[in-house]
Amino acid sequence: MPAVTETIDTVQSVTESQYKWGFSTDIEMDMAPKGLNEDIVRFISAKKNEPQWLLDWRLRAFAAWQAMEEPRWAMVSFPPIDYQDAYYYAAPKQKVAPKSLDEVDPELLRTYEKLGIPLKEQAVLAGVEGAGESPAIAVDAVFDSVSVATTFKDRLEKEGIIFCPISEAVQNHPELVQRYLGTVVPQSDNYFAALNSAVFTDGSFVYIPKGVRCPMELSTYFRINAKSTGQFERTLIIADERSQVSYLEGCTAPMRDENQLHAAVVELVALEDATIKYSTVQNWYPGDAEGRGGIYNFVTKRAACRGARSKVSWTQVETGSAITWKYPSCILQGEDSVGEFYSVAITNNRQQADTGTKMIHLGARTKSTIVSKGISAGRGQNTYRGLVRIGPKASGARNFTQCDSLLIGDQCGAHTVPYIENRNMTAKVEHEATTSRIAEDQLFYCRQRGLTQEEAVGLIVNGFCREVLKELPMEFAVEAQKLLQISLEGSVG
Amino acid sequence: MNEMSPTALTGAPLGADSFLHRYEGLRQRLPGARLPWVAALRERAAESFRAKGFPTRRDEAWKYTDLAPLLALGFAEPLSSVDDDAALPPSQGGAARAVFVDGRFRADLSALDDLPYRVGSVAEALPRLDGALGRLAQPSEQPLAALNAMLFEDGLVVRVPPGVAGGVLELVSMASGGERPTALHPRHLIRIEDGASLTLIETTTGPEGARYLQAPVFEIEVAEGGRLNHARLQTESRAAFNLSTVYAAVAGGGTYDSFVLNAGGRLVRNEIHTALQGPKAACHLNGAQLLADGQHADTTTVIDHAAPDCPSRQTYKTVLAGRSRGVFQGKIHVHQIAQRTDGYQMNQALLLSPEAEVDSKPQLEIYADDVKCSHGATVGALDADQLFYLRARGIPAEAARRMLVRAFLQEAVEAVEDPAIQAALDRTLQAWWQAEDREAA
Repeated sequence: MPAVTETIDTVQSVTESQYKWGFSTDIEMDMAPKGLNEDIVRFISAKKNEPQWLLDWRLRAFAAWQAMEEPRWAMVSFPPIDYQDAYYYAAPKQKVAPKSLDEVDPELLRTYEKLGIPLKEQAVLAGVEGAGESPAIAVDAVFDSVSVATTFKDRLEKEGIIFCPISEAVQNHPELVQRYLGTVVPQSDNYFAALNSAVFTDGSFVYIPKGVRCPMELSTYFRINAKSTGQFERTLIIADERSQVSYLEGCTAPMRDENQLHAAVVELVALEDATIKYSTVQNWYPGDAEGRGGIYNFVTKRAACRGARSKVSWTQVETGSAITWKYPSCILQGEDSVGEFYSVAITNNRQQADTGTKMIHLGARTKSTIVSKGISAGRGQNTYRGLVRIGPKASGARNFTQCDSLLIGDQCGAHTVPYIENRNMTAKVEHEATTSRIAEDQLFYCRQRGLTQEEAVGLIVNGFCREVLKELPMEFAVEAQKLLQISLEGSVG
Repeated sequence: MNEMSPTALTGAPLGADSFLHRYEGLRQRLPGARLPWVAALRERAAESFRAKGFPTRRDEAWKYTDLAPLLALGFAEPLSSVDDDAALPPSQGGAARAVFVDGRFRADLSALDDLPYRVGSVAEALPRLDGALGRLAQPSEQPLAALNAMLFEDGLVVRVPPGVAGGVLELVSMASGGERPTALHPRHLIRIEDGASLTLIETTTGPEGARYLQAPVFEIEVAEGGRLNHARLQTESRAAFNLSTVYAAVAGGGTYDSFVLNAGGRLVRNEIHTALQGPKAACHLNGAQLLADGQHADTTTVIDHAAPDCPSRQTYKTVLAGRSRGVFQGKIHVHQIAQRTDGYQMNQALLLSPEAEVDSKPQLEIYADDVKCSHGATVGALDADQLFYLRARGIPAEAARRMLVRAFLQEAVEAVEDPAIQAALDRTLQAWWQAEDREAA
C-alpha cells in the first residue's frame, strides 16, 4: 500500500474507532410517558408486578428526593439536568417472557454479540481467545430498563446460588430482598440514590449461601440503547458466611449528542468470613471530542463488611462517560474486616471524573488499601476524592492510600482531595499522592527502540496502571488494557 | 433553647452580631474614619460580613473547625491595662521591637530607632496607605478578611527598601485580658522591595485564663529577589481564640518563609494564602503544633502557583494530648502557566491520647502538565519499637517519650535556621511538657 493511503487509513481508523460500541439497536420499545412524578413511580412498580411494601418504599424515596437538592460540590460542571425531560422506563417489547435464551429477540442477541458479550453460555468473552483457558462466566444482560437474559442460572442454582434480575428476586425471594435492600445505601442517602430508589427498574441480585464458593465469575452487562432515557439499575449482592464471589460489571451506550443520566445504586453485604470482589470496566459513551453527548455516570456504590474477617475489594477501570461521579465505599464494621479500592480513571477530550472511595473503619483491626491512578489527557479533568475515617472503636486499624496522577498535555487537570479523619490513637493511617507527567527519558527509551509515540505512551500508561489492572480478572484485564489504549487515542502528539 | 443564655442576662449581642454592633458603635472613631477610601472599605466589609457572618461547618473550608464556642461569647472593646514592659514576653534577641497591646501600637513599649527601613503604625500611616491596604485581603471572599477590614484598629507597617538587609524585627501582639471577652483585629502590612530581606519574629500572647480573640490579617508583598522570614510564636491563653490570616504575594525570585509554633489557645486557626506570582518565586511553610486537653488547632494553607519554575515546600507536625483536635487543610493550586512547578507537602500527626482527634485534608489542584507535585500525610501513635529501643538502652520511659516527640517535631523546625527561634521552640516544648505533667499529676 502506498504510504499516503496508509496514512489516510490510519488517521481514519483512529478517528473512527474511538468509540466502537456507539451503534444503536433498532428495536420496538415499551416506554413509560416522559417525565417523573408519583404516577411514573407507580407505573414502574406495577410493570414489575411489585408487592405493596416495595411500592411504599419507592414512594418514600420519591418524597425524600423531591425534598432534596442536587449536590454541586464535586469538581465537575454540567448544565442543569431537566429530570422531567426523560423516560424513566424503556423496555424492549416482548410478547411473553422468554423461557430460555432461544426465545430472546434475535435482534437483542445480535446486539450483545456485537458488543462481545456471551449470552450463549459460551466459555469465554469474545475477543480474548488466546488468553488461555478461561473459566465460564455467567451473564445478566440489562438492556435499558430491564434484564433481557441471564445465563448459567441452572448450574448456579445447583450450588444454591441465586443470580437473577432484581425484579425476579422481588418475586421469588422477597424475604431476602426486603431484608437487605436499602440497608447499605438508604433511600435518602443522597440525591441520586434517592432518585434511583424511586425509579430503579432492574439490575442484578446475587445471593451466595453459607460456605459456598461461587464456581464462576458472575457478570452484569449494562446497555443503554433508547434515546432520552436514563438508566437506574439497582444491584444487590449478599455473600453469606464463609462464601466467596467475584462479580464483574460492564457497560456501554450508543453515541448520541444528548447527555443521558445513569444513576445506579450498588449494595454489597459481606457476612462473617465472606469475600466479595467487585470489578467494573466502565465504558459508557464519553461524548465526542468537543464534549457533545455522553453519559452522566452518577452512581452510589457501597459495601458493608458486616461480619468479622469479611472482605470487599472494589476494582474499577473508568474510561467512559462524559462525567463520572462515584465513590465505591466500604463500611468496615466487622472486626478484622478488609476493604480494598483499586481504581484507574482516564479522562480524555472533555471528560470529567470525580471519583474515589470512602473507607469507614468502625471495627477493631480493620484494614483498608486504596490505590488510585488518574490519567488526564486532552481537556479532561480528573479528581481523586476519598475519605478515610477511623472511628474511636477501631483500635489497631490500618489504612494505606496511594494516589498517583498522570498528565498528558497542558490543557488537562489532575486533582487530589483526600480527607483523613482519625479518632483512634492506635490506628495508623498513611497517605501518599503524586502528580507528574510521562517522563521524557521513558518516552525516549521507548521511541529509540522503534515504538511510535502513541505505542510508547500506551506502554507507559499500562505500566502506570499495572498495580490496579493486575487486580482485575483475566478477561477484564485484557479488555481494560485495550480500552486504555483506545481512550487515549488522539491525546498524543 | 437555652433560657439562661448570656444575651438574656446581659442584653449584649453575641457572635457575629457583637462584632457588627461594635462596628456600628465605633465606625466614627476607628482610624481612617475621615478617609473616604477607608470608610468605603469598612462599609463594604461590613456589608459582606452582615450577609455571610462567620463561616460554619457547612463551608468546605471550615468543615473541621466549628466556631460555635466563639459565637457563644459577646466581645467587647478592650480597655488596655498594660503600663510597663514587665508583662511583655521575653525578647527573641532582635534589637528592633514593635509592640501592640490590645491591637494598638505602643511607642512607649517599642524600640524602633535607627533602622535601615521604614516601620510604624498603620493607624498613623493610614493616609499614605490608599491602594496598599486591602490589595491582597479581599473582604468579599473571606469572612475573616471582612471582619478585620471592618474593625482593624492598628497594625504594623513595614517597607524594606531595595537591596536592604533588614535584620531581625520583633512584632509583639498582646491582649491585656479583662473581665469581659475582648477582640483585637490588627492589620499588618509588610513590603519587602527588590533584593531586600527581613526576619520578622511575631509573638502573640495574653495572660493565662483570659478570654480574648486575636484576629489579625497580614498583607505581605515580597518583590523580585526579596526575602521575608516570618517566624510566629503563638502562646495564647488556654481560654483564648486566635484566627489569623496571612496573604502573601511573592514576585519572581522572591521567597516567603513561614514557621508557626502554636502551643496555646482554646481554638486557633492559622490560615496562610501564598501566591507565587513570578518565575522562581518560592515559599516554605512549616509549622509545629503542641495541643493539650480542650484545644482545637487548625492549619489551613493555600499555595497558588501562578508562575513557572516555582518550588513550594510545606511540613506541618502536630502533637496531640488529652481531648484535643488537630486539623490540617493544605491546598496546592497549580495554574496552567505554572510549568515546572515543584510542590511538596508533608503533614504528620502524633496522637498521645486516646481522646485526641486528627483531621487532615491535603489537596492538589493541578492544571499544568510538566509538574512534580506530591503530598503525604500520616497519623499514628509513638512507635512502640522506637520506645523499646530507647528503653533497652536504659532511658526512662518518660524521657524516651520526650525524645521521640522532639525528634518528631525536628523536621518542621529544621527549616528555621534562626537559633533564637530554635531556642523559643525548645522553651515552648518544655513548658508544654510541664503543663502536661501537672495535668497528669
